[in-house]
Amino acid sequence: MTQSNRIDGGQIDRTRTLTFTFDGKSYAGHPGDTLASALLANNVRLMGRSFKYHRPRGVIAAGSEEPNALVELRTGARTEPNTRATTAELFDGLSANSQNRWPSLRFDAMAINDRLWPFFAAGFYYKTFMWPKSFWEKIYEPIIRRAAGLGSLSVQDDPDAYDKGFLHCDVLIIGAGPAGLAAAITAARSGARVILADEDFRMGGRLNAETFVLGNQSGPDWAAQTVAELATMPNVRLLPRTTILGALDHGIYSAVERVSDHLAQPQPGKPRQILWRIYSKRAILTAGAIERPIAFENNDRPGIMLAGAIRAYANRWAVIPGQRVAIFTNNDDGLRTATDLVAKGVDVVAVIDPREGLPFLPGIRHLQGAKVIDTAGRLGLSSVTVRTPKGVETLQVTALGVSGGWNPNLAISSHHRGRPVWNDAIAAFTPGADGPVNLTFAGAANGQFPTHAALNSGATAAADAVIALGFTAPAPDLPKAEDAPTAITPFWYVQHGKGRAWIDPQNDVTVKDIKLSHQEGFRSVEHLKRYTTLGMATDQGKTSNVLGIAVMAELTGQSIPQTGTTIYRPPYTPVAIAAFAGRSTGADFRPTRLTPSHKWAAEQGAVFVEVGMWLRTQWLPRTGEVTWRQSVDREVLQTRKSVGICDVTTLGKIDIQGTDAGAFLDRVYANTFSTLAVGKVRYGLMLREDGMVFDDGTTARMGQNEYVTTTTTANAVTVFRHLEYCRQCLWPDMDVQLISTTEAWAQYSVAGPNARKLLEKIVDQDIANDAFPYMACAEITVCGGLRARLFRISFSGELAYEIAVPTRYGDAMIRELVAAGTEFDAVVYGTEALGVMRVEKGHVAGNELNGQSTALNMGLGKMVSRKKDAIGMVLSNRDGMINDDGYRLVGVRPVDPAQPLTAGSHFIAKGADPVAANDGGWLTSVVYSPHLGHAIALGYLKKGAARMGERLRAVNLLAGTEVEIEITSPHFIDPEGARLRA
Amino acid sequence: MIITHPLLGPRDAQEFVYLGDASLINRPDGMAPDAADQFHDYLYLRDNPASLHRELWYHEQGDRSWLVVTRNTLTHEITQIDLARDVARDEGRSK
Repeated sequence: MTQSNRIDGGQIDRTRTLTFTFDGKSYAGHPGDTLASALLANNVRLMGRSFKYHRPRGVIAAGSEEPNALVELRTGARTEPNTRATTAELFDGLSANSQNRWPSLRFDAMAINDRLWPFFAAGFYYKTFMWPKSFWEKIYEPIIRRAAGLGSLSVQDDPDAYDKGFLHCDVLIIGAGPAGLAAAITAARSGARVILADEDFRMGGRLNAETFVLGNQSGPDWAAQTVAELATMPNVRLLPRTTILGALDHGIYSAVERVSDHLAQPQPGKPRQILWRIYSKRAILTAGAIERPIAFENNDRPGIMLAGAIRAYANRWAVIPGQRVAIFTNNDDGLRTATDLVAKGVDVVAVIDPREGLPFLPGIRHLQGAKVIDTAGRLGLSSVTVRTPKGVETLQVTALGVSGGWNPNLAISSHHRGRPVWNDAIAAFTPGADGPVNLTFAGAANGQFPTHAALNSGATAAADAVIALGFTAPAPDLPKAEDAPTAITPFWYVQHGKGRAWIDPQNDVTVKDIKLSHQEGFRSVEHLKRYTTLGMATDQGKTSNVLGIAVMAELTGQSIPQTGTTIYRPPYTPVAIAAFAGRSTGADFRPTRLTPSHKWAAEQGAVFVEVGMWLRTQWLPRTGEVTWRQSVDREVLQTRKSVGICDVTTLGKIDIQGTDAGAFLDRVYANTFSTLAVGKVRYGLMLREDGMVFDDGTTARMGQNEYVTTTTTANAVTVFRHLEYCRQCLWPDMDVQLISTTEAWAQYSVAGPNARKLLEKIVDQDIANDAFPYMACAEITVCGGLRARLFRISFSGELAYEIAVPTRYGDAMIRELVAAGTEFDAVVYGTEALGVMRVEKGHVAGNELNGQSTALNMGLGKMVSRKKDAIGMVLSNRDGMINDDGYRLVGVRPVDPAQPLTAGSHFIAKGADPVAANDGGWLTSVVYSPHLGHAIALGYLKKGAARMGERLRAVNLLAGTEVEIEITSPHFIDPEGARLRA
Repeated sequence: MIITHPLLGPRDAQEFVYLGDASLINRPDGMAPDAADQFHDYLYLRDNPASLHRELWYHEQGDRSWLVVTRNTLTHEITQIDLARDVARDEGRSK
């Protein structure tokens, strides 16, 4: 439990000690630590294995750009793979494990890949695993996936809650370093509503990682004081532990707040994470900069890190990655790491600087014109080999800090395809002018690296933003800060030897891969990226992209801007899918709607089925019924024998009123409604403008200017939308009003020979056959005065009614109907029996109304009036839609009544091969008809109308079934409709 | 995206349903002698501009207004929003 690499100072709470484990071994750290800093404090440098070569790897960065130190956090259902140790906040009891190794991190059997590296160069998979094709999915892919890869999922349900939220502000500030804090305080003091978001748990950015003095305060103290002032202001919302993931449109930003990731488990009532949508009027990107490495042979050993990261660990976390340190830098910022470490008493063996003619650093061995050409140490750095103008030298070091310069962190500026612009002065890309509207840039994210420039540019950007919004910006009150110029001489990779020099450590892309890509003609940046996978890992190339492009630029002899840059896409860092799902998981994935009879049906033990968003009764089992078919057969037989009741509330209901209501219906339905008598109902067929059938249903004329239209359950929303479109966009002056009344009425079908007798006990008016004939409708009252609507329509083919009462009486009505039906032994039937009876009667439903069928296909061609202009009329008469060899709706029965049928089977002539060329159509709906005692089906058969009595085969290659069938009329019962009119 | 509804002010695009090109307003006369040709062009021929595009949006989670939104397909900048009913009348549609 020693922290041998812990030094003095830092922003950690030494009064408390936290215990955690890594690969089962116990270590100690302190509040304020990340997993990475605590591991380094305990001299653990080896944290993972690389993706392809299984090379031993350690942490190289101190922030979210980390490509190497991906670990698995926690255990059980909370296991979280591929988490960067650099952003995982340490908590007591944290359990972390390394990934992509077997049997152990120190000895990994797959490290054989590293010995075989010449075979695994870029394009290896494309070139090797090509033949035979049958091996792709079953042999090659599983092997490759097992060998290459990162963490694994727990495959258990996440026990924590995730939320979504919406925030609004005048100014969103992305990143709370010196520029972001200066921007936030400036904007906040103007009175504007400010949101300041930072992915770190401690705001301050690089101020926390440096030894800079701001005015008379230390950097961390100034940051803490500024954050404290912001926290007191009611117009400011601070969002630490919050990553801005991407720029959406119109000033909207997506963000994830890790509310509870730093706790063993969320506090009661708190979510693990929140996905925010932030609506801003102005936004300022102050996300700082990311250091890039220099490529040299074997530059990926644990202990080799970014120079700025070593400085951050030393200054913020009081940790050194090794006892003997060297620095390899092409810029003055790298020298700061050496001076900071020396000031802390760390043994800095040498600074290796490819530049020449600089003033020598005092008290440090400053090798100029020097390069690192190789390193040694299998599981961690033990020495570096350096070439200087005087010769080659080996330095015994356990840590090496590398700095190739800093890249402004401009990812979000390119989310709307904004192109970064090359800036020679800092040898890096800066945000282009074509970024998201109303997003400006300040500080290091804009290439303004000195602290003085960061503070001032942040304050200026904020003042500009709030003034544009009508606020008055106060004069900036900024401390004096360092203002050292950015001194850098571009230097990208060391040309030496035959070994590998890594550019993208996470995807194992080396300088050789870039050279190969160039040699094979993949020279554009987009090709380079896809051929080598440069920058395509979970870190999106935060440390590697610019270096890779620079190497390609050297190979092609072009400048970097000529070579181009890739842009970044959201999300900025990986996001748990759970955060996108929020509360929409499991039963809450989407809401369900309950029918008015739901409570009653649940009391009866009904089995429910989801239809659209509704839960409908599928069947109602009775005691002793074991299989669903027993219940469904009983419901069908009893309905046809006596009477059955079914909740049909879910059908869409639309009230259509106005002096032009009839004319409007004539336009939107293929058939005519203006001629329908008041008090009558008519079946209607609604087409799409392309002539295909859109929906069907009945429309009742309740009054001169009042119609009630029903839609199918599935299309209730889209039909209403379509009718509004017709009314507003096509015929804006028609006097017609629409309102959806689907939820307003509870509606029950009462069907069967005793339907009238049952309803006569409930309805107050005379509904004898003469008074209320087939297809009649009326406003009535029930139970001594309750208003209701009655329609004499039938889907089952029986004498049937649909009765509607205001929804709040729906529960009472089902109980009343059931009670009134007792003397007839009435049944309540569900959607299965409904389906059986409609197939027996030959009515089309969703399976037939599949968006590919015409009225003619359904045998309803005559319903399409050509005497009037209606939606779909013109194009339903196109040549291809009206030819005689098209599909027609037919009935199907097995020749052997004992044979079952399978929906989706295709009609194949006897003796013909079951291939597409011999396809004659298909079975759309299949049911067992208890009435007939065998399976029946509806189907679309080519020239079907002329093929009654013909025998074919129904072949289903997926189900492996083949049945001899006979083509029949689709009307299996009562084809004359005598029952309907009884 | 944010759609500034002519009656209701700025609303999130998630409240709306998108239909397509606002040229759908110009439905031909189905009884015209060359109706088949006209309907073919009306239904199947669409411009696909890399710039301003007039399109129909429906405020389904709101007041059920159909809107004509002029949107730049390259930037998503919205330059004009009108009630579709007003646009239809301006374009000569009535009953």
